[in-house]
Amino acid sequence: MSTLTKQDTFNSILEGAPKNFESERTLAKESYFAQGLPALKAEEYKFTSIAKKLEQTIENFSSAQAFEVSDELVKSSIYPGFEGNVLVFSNGKFLPELSSNIEGLEISALSEKPETAIGSIAKVEKDAFAALNQASFVDGAFISVPKKSQVEKPFLLLSFNKSNEGQVIQPRIWIEAGDFAEVTFIDQSVDLSETSYFLNKVIEIKGGVNTHIRYYRIQNEGKNSIEVSNIETDIQQDSRFTSVNISLSGDMVRNNLNLNLLGSNSEGNMYGLYLLNGKTHVDNHTNVDHTIPHAESNELYKGILADQSRGVFNGKIFVRQDAQKTNAFQQNNNILLSEDAVVNTKPQLEIWADDVKCSHGCTTGQLDEEALFYLQARGIDKTQAKGLLLYAFAGEVLEHIEEDSFREYCISLVQERLGSKF
Amino acid sequence: MLSIKNLHASIEGTPILRGINLEVKPGEVHAIMGPNGSGKSTLASVLAGREEYEVTEGEVIFQGKDLLELSPEDRAREGVFLAFQYPVEIPGVSSTNFLRTAVNQVREYRGLEPLDAVKFLSLMKEKMKLVEIDQKLLSRSLNEGFSGGEKKRNEIFQMAMLEPTLSILDETDSGLDIDALRIVSNGVNQLKSDKTATIVVTHYQRLLDYIVPDFVHVLYKGRIVKSGTKELALELEEKGYDWIKDEVDSKATV
Repeated sequence: MSTLTKQDTFNSILEGAPKNFESERTLAKESYFAQGLPALKAEEYKFTSIAKKLEQTIENFSSAQAFEVSDELVKSSIYPGFEGNVLVFSNGKFLPELSSNIEGLEISALSEKPETAIGSIAKVEKDAFAALNQASFVDGAFISVPKKSQVEKPFLLLSFNKSNEGQVIQPRIWIEAGDFAEVTFIDQSVDLSETSYFLNKVIEIKGGVNTHIRYYRIQNEGKNSIEVSNIETDIQQDSRFTSVNISLSGDMVRNNLNLNLLGSNSEGNMYGLYLLNGKTHVDNHTNVDHTIPHAESNELYKGILADQSRGVFNGKIFVRQDAQKTNAFQQNNNILLSEDAVVNTKPQLEIWADDVKCSHGCTTGQLDEEALFYLQARGIDKTQAKGLLLYAFAGEVLEHIEEDSFREYCISLVQERLGSKF
Repeated sequence: MLSIKNLHASIEGTPILRGINLEVKPGEVHAIMGPNGSGKSTLASVLAGREEYEVTEGEVIFQGKDLLELSPEDRAREGVFLAFQYPVEIPGVSSTNFLRTAVNQVREYRGLEPLDAVKFLSLMKEKMKLVEIDQKLLSRSLNEGFSGGEKKRNEIFQMAMLEPTLSILDETDSGLDIDALRIVSNGVNQLKSDKTATIVVTHYQRLLDYIVPDFVHVLYKGRIVKSGTKELALELEEKGYDWIKDEVDSKATV
């Protein structure tokens, strides 16, 4: 069994990395070795010891290569009701031949765009996993939405993952949107692995001024995934970025979401819902950085935890000295359905400006017994009453999904879960 | 219709009801009065099936069935309705969806076809008039942001929709202004028939000017210590509860 605290653990992956993006990879490798994987006591990974989990689970630290994906598989994997553009990935590699060809947009394998400034948004020194990805990713995608283009139909980023004996899959996507562009991405993975695997994902989003970018993700791929993702975006003047993240399954999942508000009158929204059961462990770490005046951030994460599941929420808000007139709101609410379920929640506000409106709050409790009795007293079956109350709790997050077909899909998954499991 | 015999109930080991006996027949209105803490709301809650209360002794037979054996939802389906003293606000649950679910589950239990959207809405419109409740209110989340009066009117509206056999109104009058009280009472009176019965739990006589009881019972220390007709309520209004307390307490000390 390998020991991940040793720096050479991932050598096999690092050595096998492609030869492109040489300076970026070298920088990342150095940073990764300097940081090492976060040990048990590392503050940022205190409740989510990915390193320990990997040590216990993964035996073969090599990169999983792309495999063949059939047209039928793609078709059958697209969620019902979806209308839009599909971008297909196989173990992180972009497959243009199975993807929609969208006129006016530039979409290609990342390896074909060697001038891309990877790592300029998701900086390697911030997170060892981001560094590991940058040092050793196989290939990814480059997506460029030109200035003023309003892509009405959403993009489905459909990733097929299959690893043998617990290999490592490292997707990497670079998205740039020109000034005044509007675009929606839906991120969904399909797991074809039979055993545990490690997914280490990085998405960098670079928006121009006055852009509207929506990034929706559903994590519902199965019980085998040990997953770390770093999603980071730069938000410029007069722009709005909205992320909605729905987590329904996984072994151990860590989502790092970082928003950098870099221009005034910009708005960053972060919404999340985690419905967990079994032993699933989901950790959402969000970070919003208010660097300029007159920007707004809104954050709402909600969790329902059953069985022995574990949820972690850590929401950082930085308001820098120059960021006067900031509005920053954060909320995390949890319902525990079992005595063995655990939530660790931590708001973390650092405010250096003096003329700001910031609020945060977190609650963790049980299902409201009084409300349950009220519904029962009107003749509604107890199980159904519970489902109704839990759905009402969860629905507040889902209504932030503006893409109708995806919202409906998520609602159906959530209702199914609340009806059957809870 | 309802027969309560020697009912004892406690909460967290503290006895609240200490031997209640009550017979309610179809067509009757019974008022349960009493000072604060006498067990009035406990009685209402126990009949509706609130779980925190433990029934330690006695029986409750409702239309030939052992009520205490039934779940709260089955009691509602059998025709027991509790209008809550404090109706619960439930954000995210739409009033209309909630009611439709409730009405159809009750109908299913009673062997009736579920109402489709059209029939349900027309039933709703009809019953809304009864308590002068506004459509706008019902398009909101259940009781969320409702005023006290609106919540109580919504309780009676729900009662109208579910067509119970036995309605228990728990302090429905508390906090209502005279207009709201009149509307709520009107609603209750119009729903009365010779097949249904009503138990009105109240602290004040005022409500009984509008919903006229056939019997008035005074609850004190978990027992019905005095029963009479509507004149008893007027006497209580005039003299307060102290004379009854004195009467009971002096007997107890003898």
